[in-house]
Amino acid sequence: MARPNPITPVLLIGFLAVVGCAVVLPYLVSDFTTYQFTLALSYAVAMLGLNVLTGYNGQFSVGHSAFFAVGAYTAAIMIEHFGLSPYTAILVAAAASFLVGFLFGFPALRLEGLYLALATFAFAVATPQLLKFDAFEEWTGGVQGIFVPKPEPMIAGWSYDQSLYYFALAITVFLMVVTWCLLHSRSGRAMMAIRDNPIAARTMGINLPLAKTTTFGLSAMYAGIGGALFTYASEFVSPDAFNFFIAVYILVGSVVGGIVSIPGAIFGGLFIVLMPNWAQDLRLQFAWLPPPWAIFGVFLILLIYFVPFGIWGGIERIYGWTRRKIAG
Amino acid sequence: MDLFFQLTLAGLAIGSIYSCIALAVVMIYQATDHFNFAQGEMAMFSTFIAWTLLGIGLPVWVAAVLAVAASFVAGIVIERTIIKPVENAPVLNQIVVFIALLMILNNVAGWIWEFTIKPFPSLFPEDLGFHSDLVSPHNLGVIALTLLVLLGIFLFFRFTRVGLAMRAAAANPDSARLVGVSVGWMLALGWGLAAAIGAVGGILVAPIVYLDPNMMSGVLLYGFAGALLGGVSSPSGAVLGGLIVGVLENWVGQYVPGGSELKLTFALILIIGVLMFKPNGIFGLTVIKRV
Amino acid sequence: MALLEVKGLKAYYRQVQALHGVDFSLDEGGITTILGANGAGKTTTLRAICRMVRTEGEIRFDGQDLTGMATEKVVQLGIAHVPEGRGTFVRQSVEENLQLGAYTRSNKAEIHADIERVYEYFPRLRERQKQQAGTLSGGEQQMLAIGRALMLRPRLMLLDEPSFGLAPLIVQEIYEIMKRIRGQEGTSMLLVEQNANIALNLADHAYLLETGEVVMSGESHVIRDDENVRKSYLGY
Repeated sequence: MARPNPITPVLLIGFLAVVGCAVVLPYLVSDFTTYQFTLALSYAVAMLGLNVLTGYNGQFSVGHSAFFAVGAYTAAIMIEHFGLSPYTAILVAAAASFLVGFLFGFPALRLEGLYLALATFAFAVATPQLLKFDAFEEWTGGVQGIFVPKPEPMIAGWSYDQSLYYFALAITVFLMVVTWCLLHSRSGRAMMAIRDNPIAARTMGINLPLAKTTTFGLSAMYAGIGGALFTYASEFVSPDAFNFFIAVYILVGSVVGGIVSIPGAIFGGLFIVLMPNWAQDLRLQFAWLPPPWAIFGVFLILLIYFVPFGIWGGIERIYGWTRRKIAG
Repeated sequence: MDLFFQLTLAGLAIGSIYSCIALAVVMIYQATDHFNFAQGEMAMFSTFIAWTLLGIGLPVWVAAVLAVAASFVAGIVIERTIIKPVENAPVLNQIVVFIALLMILNNVAGWIWEFTIKPFPSLFPEDLGFHSDLVSPHNLGVIALTLLVLLGIFLFFRFTRVGLAMRAAAANPDSARLVGVSVGWMLALGWGLAAAIGAVGGILVAPIVYLDPNMMSGVLLYGFAGALLGGVSSPSGAVLGGLIVGVLENWVGQYVPGGSELKLTFALILIIGVLMFKPNGIFGLTVIKRV
Repeated sequence: MALLEVKGLKAYYRQVQALHGVDFSLDEGGITTILGANGAGKTTTLRAICRMVRTEGEIRFDGQDLTGMATEKVVQLGIAHVPEGRGTFVRQSVEENLQLGAYTRSNKAEIHADIERVYEYFPRLRERQKQQAGTLSGGEQQMLAIGRALMLRPRLMLLDEPSFGLAPLIVQEIYEIMKRIRGQEGTSMLLVEQNANIALNLADHAYLLETGEVVMSGESHVIRDDENVRKSYLGY
C-alpha cells in the first residue's frame, strides 16, 4: 500500500510553486472567490484528517461531520460566551475535537471495517439532533445556532476575506508539513503497519490501542480545526449545517483527491466547493440537468471503479510513467 | 398503566417497521458481507414512487403493491450493475459506492419531488369496526401486515428451492457453484427482496413521519440498531431486534428525561453499546477470524 | 474417444503458475487417480476442470471444450466436484444438502428416488437426515459430500482428497462404497489423493504430478510396482 512520497526536488519545487500561487491569489480574484477558497481549505484540512485516519491508518469513518461540528461549535462558543479571540478559540477547538475523537477511538478499537463505518455513520446522523437538544441550548443557541463575526484582519490593509484566507492557508500548509513529518516518523510507520497487518504490527511491539485511538484523535482534531475555519468563513453555526451530508462531502473529497495522500486533500477541498457552484451555473443554462450531487454520485461510482487512487494518485502514476519513458 | 400499554403497542408498530429495514440489511449482509448504507434512501425512493402512483389516481393498495414490485426489480438491477463491479474490491471502495448510491437517490428524489413534506395515506382504514384506546388502526395494521410479510419471507426461504439456493449461495458460494447455482443471480435476487422489504417499511412509516427525501435516515439508524441487536447473522434475530428497539425507543422517549428529543442519540448509544459488548447480538453466532 | 481429455493445461493463481502443461485423459466408466505431494497441483487440476482458476490449454469433456464456460455450466454437463475439505453447507440439514446437489434437475420423483439411493449407500446419513450438516463427523461429512455429488447423476465425479483427515477405518468404508458406486452407477471418477496406497487400490490408471507437471503415468498396478514411487509415495 502507498507510502507518502519522499521529498524530491521536483516535489519541493512543485509545492513551493503552488504555495506561491496560493499566496498571490487574493490579489488576482474577487473577495468572494477568496472566500470560496477559504471554504475549500477548511474542508481540505478535514479531508487531510480523514486521509490520515483511513488512508494511512486503515480506520474507516463515514462520520467526520461530527468532529467538524465539535470544532465549529467549540470555536463559536469560545468566541460568543468566553470572549476569546478567533485565533485562541481555534486552539481550544482543536483540543476539544482531539479529545472527542480520542474518546471515540476506544469503542472504535473493537470495531473492524464495516462495523466502524456503521458506528461513525450513526454518530454523524445523531449529531444535529444532539446539537438541538434543549439542555444545551444556552450554549449552542439551539436550532438558531450562533452568529460568529468574521475575525478582524490580521494586518491592516487586508480585507476580512483576505486575512481569513491567509490564516486558513497558513494552517493548511502547517498541517500538511506536520503530517508529512508524522508519516515519516516511527509513529507514522506504526500507523501504516497497523493498516497493512494489525496482527503483525502487534507482534512487532506496537501498542495498537494507543496508536489507533491517538490517530483517531488526531484525525478528529484536523476535522475540528477545519470546522472552526469553516465557522469563521460562514460566520454562522447551526445544527443542520453539520448533518450527515457534510461527512459525505468530506469522504467524497478525500476519495476524489486521493485518500492515501497529503496533497489529495487540497484537490478534494477545491472539488467540493468549486464543482457544485460550477454545476449549478451549468444548470441555469440547461435546466434539464439533475442536481450536482446526483451527477457527482455517478461520477464518484465511476471514479471508484476506474481511478480509485484519486487525482493525486493519478498524478503520481503519470509522473512515474513519464519518468520511465524518459529514462527508457 | 394504559399509557404503558399504548407506548408498548406503538413501539411494536414502529418496531415492526424497523424489523423490515433490519431484515433487509441482514439479508444483504449475509449474502454479500456489505452493509447497505443506502437501504433507507432506496425505501424512501420506493415510497415516493407509490406516492406518484397515488397521484395518478390509483387506490392506495394498488399503488403500494406496484411500488414494492418495482423496488424488487430495481434492487436486482442495482446489484447487477452498480454493486457487482466492487464485489471483491477493498472495503473502502464498497463503502464509497453505497454512499454514492445514497447521494444519488436522495438528490434525485429531491429533484423530482422536492423537499417539502407531504402527507402519505395509511394503507389501513380509520374505521375497523371496533375501537381501541390502546392502539391506532394504522399501528395495528402495521403490526399485522409486517408479520404477514415476514412470515412469507420465512416460508420462502425455508420451503422453496430458490430460497434454499439463496441460503446456500450466501453460506458457501463456492460449493453453491459446484451444484450449479448461479451465485451472482442469487445475490441479485437477495437485493431485490431486500429492496422490496425496505419499500414495505417505507410505505408503512410514511403516514407516521410524513414523506420527504430525508424521512428514512432515522429509521435506517434504528434498523441498523435492531439488526445489530438481534445479530447480523440471524434474520429472525434481526426481526426481533427491530421490535425490541422500537419498544425501547418509546419507553426511553417517555420515561427518560430528555429522551424524546434524543432519539437518534439513543440509537447511537445502542449501536455502539451492542458493537462493544455483544458484537454478535443476542442471537448471533461468533465469527472467528483466521490469522 | 475419452470422456475427459486434458492437453497442455496451464493454470495460474494471480501471477503464480501452478500447472506447467499437464496432459491426461479419462475413459468413460474408468477411475483415474492423480497423485502427488502437497503443492504438486492436484487440487488445481480439479479446480481447472470446474473453471475456478485461470487456465491456458485444452479441456474437453465428451468432445466439448470447457474453457469458455462458467462453473454452473460445467456442472450442468454432468461433472460433480467433491471439493477439498468437503464443502458441505454446514448450516443446512443433511437432506437440504442432498436437495441442493440436485439443484439443476427438475423431476421431483426422480430426485426423491435418488435421495433414497444415497441413503442406501450411506445409511448413517439417513439417521441424521434433519441434522445440521456442520454437526456431523468428518467421515459423515465426506459421505454427505459424495452423496451430494451423486444427486447430480453425474457422468464424471471429481474427488479431492476424500481420505483427508479421516481415520483409516472410515477411509476404507468410504472407498468400499465408491467401488460399489462405480459398479452400480457406472460413474467415471477422477480421484486426487495424497494417500497413494488406497488410491492405487481403487483406480485403473494413475498420473503422478510433481510441481505442476506429469512425471509418470500408467496403469495403477504398474505405477504401484515402480520402485521410485514405492519409496517416495508408498513408504516402502
